[in-house]
Amino acid sequence: MIRTEEFYLNIGPHHPSTHGVLRVLLKLDGEKIVEAIPDIGYLHRNFEKIVESRTYTQVIPFTDRLDYTNSMGNNLAYCMTVEKLIGITVPKRAEYIRVIMAELNRIASHLISIAGCGMDVGAFSIMLYCFREREKILDLFEMVCGARLTYNYIRIGGVSQDLPDGFIEKVNAFCEYFKPKIDEYENFFLNNYIYLNRAKGVGILTKEDALNYGASGPVLRGSGIKRDLRKDEPYSVYEEFEFEIPVGENGDSWDRVKVRMEEMRQSVRIIEQAVQRLKRGDTELREGNYINPGVPRLIKPEAGEIYHHIESPRGELGMYIVSDGSFKPYRLKVRSPAFSNLSTLPVLLRGVQIADLVVIIGSLDPCFGEVDR
Amino acid sequence: MTLAGLVITILSAIVVFIVIGIFLMVILYSEIKVASHIQSRLGYMRTGWHGTLQGLADMVKLLLKEEIIHPKTDKLIFLMAPYVVFVPAFLAFIVVPFGPKLIVQDLNIGLLYFVAISSIGVLGIFMAGWASHNKYSLLGGIRSAAQIISYEIPRSLSILGVIMLSGSLSTVSIVSAQTKVWYILLQPLGFFLYFITSLAECNRTPFDLPEAESELISGFHTEYTGMRFALFFMAEYTHVFAACALGTVLFLGGWQGPLLPPVVWFLIKTYLLAFIMLWLRWTLPRVRMDQLMNLGWRTLLPLAIVNFVFTGVGILLVS
Repeated sequence: MIRTEEFYLNIGPHHPSTHGVLRVLLKLDGEKIVEAIPDIGYLHRNFEKIVESRTYTQVIPFTDRLDYTNSMGNNLAYCMTVEKLIGITVPKRAEYIRVIMAELNRIASHLISIAGCGMDVGAFSIMLYCFREREKILDLFEMVCGARLTYNYIRIGGVSQDLPDGFIEKVNAFCEYFKPKIDEYENFFLNNYIYLNRAKGVGILTKEDALNYGASGPVLRGSGIKRDLRKDEPYSVYEEFEFEIPVGENGDSWDRVKVRMEEMRQSVRIIEQAVQRLKRGDTELREGNYINPGVPRLIKPEAGEIYHHIESPRGELGMYIVSDGSFKPYRLKVRSPAFSNLSTLPVLLRGVQIADLVVIIGSLDPCFGEVDR
Repeated sequence: MTLAGLVITILSAIVVFIVIGIFLMVILYSEIKVASHIQSRLGYMRTGWHGTLQGLADMVKLLLKEEIIHPKTDKLIFLMAPYVVFVPAFLAFIVVPFGPKLIVQDLNIGLLYFVAISSIGVLGIFMAGWASHNKYSLLGGIRSAAQIISYEIPRSLSILGVIMLSGSLSTVSIVSAQTKVWYILLQPLGFFLYFITSLAECNRTPFDLPEAESELISGFHTEYTGMRFALFFMAEYTHVFAACALGTVLFLGGWQGPLLPPVVWFLIKTYLLAFIMLWLRWTLPRVRMDQLMNLGWRTLLPLAIVNFVFTGVGILLVS
């Protein structure tokens, strides 16, 4: 048999489709990938070390910069962990506000992911449509906290300020606007014949591999495993809401994108329910009751350690805090879903075409702020 | 050739060059504008009225840009490649009739000449990919060569039906033969095949694999800067223009049409085809290399042969 010589091709760290600063060293046989060696760390900013010299409250802005497409979720994960550590409760109203923010942010994050998947296969228009919708969510966030990317809105014991006037109406209007758009994108992009051909059966992640590599979120659910922390280990007020967990069938790239598409629908459902509760205005949900006034100025937990995890758009986002009894965390370890999901890359890339590389990376939806921390 | 004939030929060549230049400006502008309106944004708005002068601004920018040539490139081939791509695209217009008398040279093998000359461009693309000393460019060049050579065959076969109907290879007589009925009605499958294969020939979406920006970062012209890059860019759009013009000549009755002058009709039809190409580009994703090859060899080629056979049978039955 005639064989051509294998050669190495370096993809990244500055490559348009690696969704950040991922470097992959590819061993190629023609256009076929024989071996892929991912190299991460180009966006390492020493997050975990820096927070060791900050007080517990000062850490929150740093968490914004972890997974910058999901700042609200990161705030939430960190604040809930600290609340668990010092054992304080959060007012009901703040819980609902947190859920609304987290779900809005989930939609925004999934929109970016789908936009990226579109870009990777050369479908330019879907990218701009997704960003148009995300813009509306960012406007909502700007209304609430003044920032559009790094919110620093969720605080220990509640949220930094109450919802502004007219916010709830705007959220409702957005939900009404957004629901038909999801169908539109499914028809326009997800079920497009060319995209089906590009993504179906490409980068199949088996259930075993998904579990072994610790994948979570849409990547795990795309492989057909029904695990979602919002349902399995409900935190905040998630057990009050009705929603479904979409799962994929084959575990290929298409399924992962499809799961994200479906999750946006479910997020809209959750937001609508949460907004309705807030509107009803029970006494415990009255306005102004957005933060626990009993949170100490300087948080000084007792020595000990705590782990808490939430379902971020990318999967299981966990925070592990070790406290030595001082007002600074002794150690903070982030269990990053994007990192675990990305670690399946060498398995997924073995034997595929180089054109499939971008489809697969896109469907894993890595965010390098979180992978490298 | 007499002196007068020579002067006329040179003049008409200049006219064609200007027409192509104008077409390029218009198509580049409309590409951006069509794209922006499809994507619910505005596009160029600052340079001139609604950004109409952006083409000029871009040209000035590209002319003034520093030309970077990597020391490890194969210099001669690297420098030649853009011209090898651009010149054949331009030469193809020699046989395109813009109007009854508006043709540089009505060759009696016009179509054959067109098909032959427009496929020389791939040589330049491959040269660029090879000489760039860049693996991405090399992959782009190889892809391009494979793609264009594979699609050359169904494309030529799809044209064959028209040649059989008109009984001539001369573009002018093909247009004249469509006075009563356009060949798109007699050859719908032929037109369809011609259009799809032309998309592939011009490296347009969904077949823009050679320059797949997401994986190959613009493929064969990654290493080019300034005016040489612009030449590649212009060559691509000139190819588009040539393909649309030939589509008009072969299937849409060329310059023929009521009321308006022939040239206007010709340009309207050409732009219509070009618009469809733009529209597709901003709607469809890109196919994969092996899917592209499958489509070319397993679907389009048999269809082209079927079309060719049916046309032959039809002609036999009618006569």
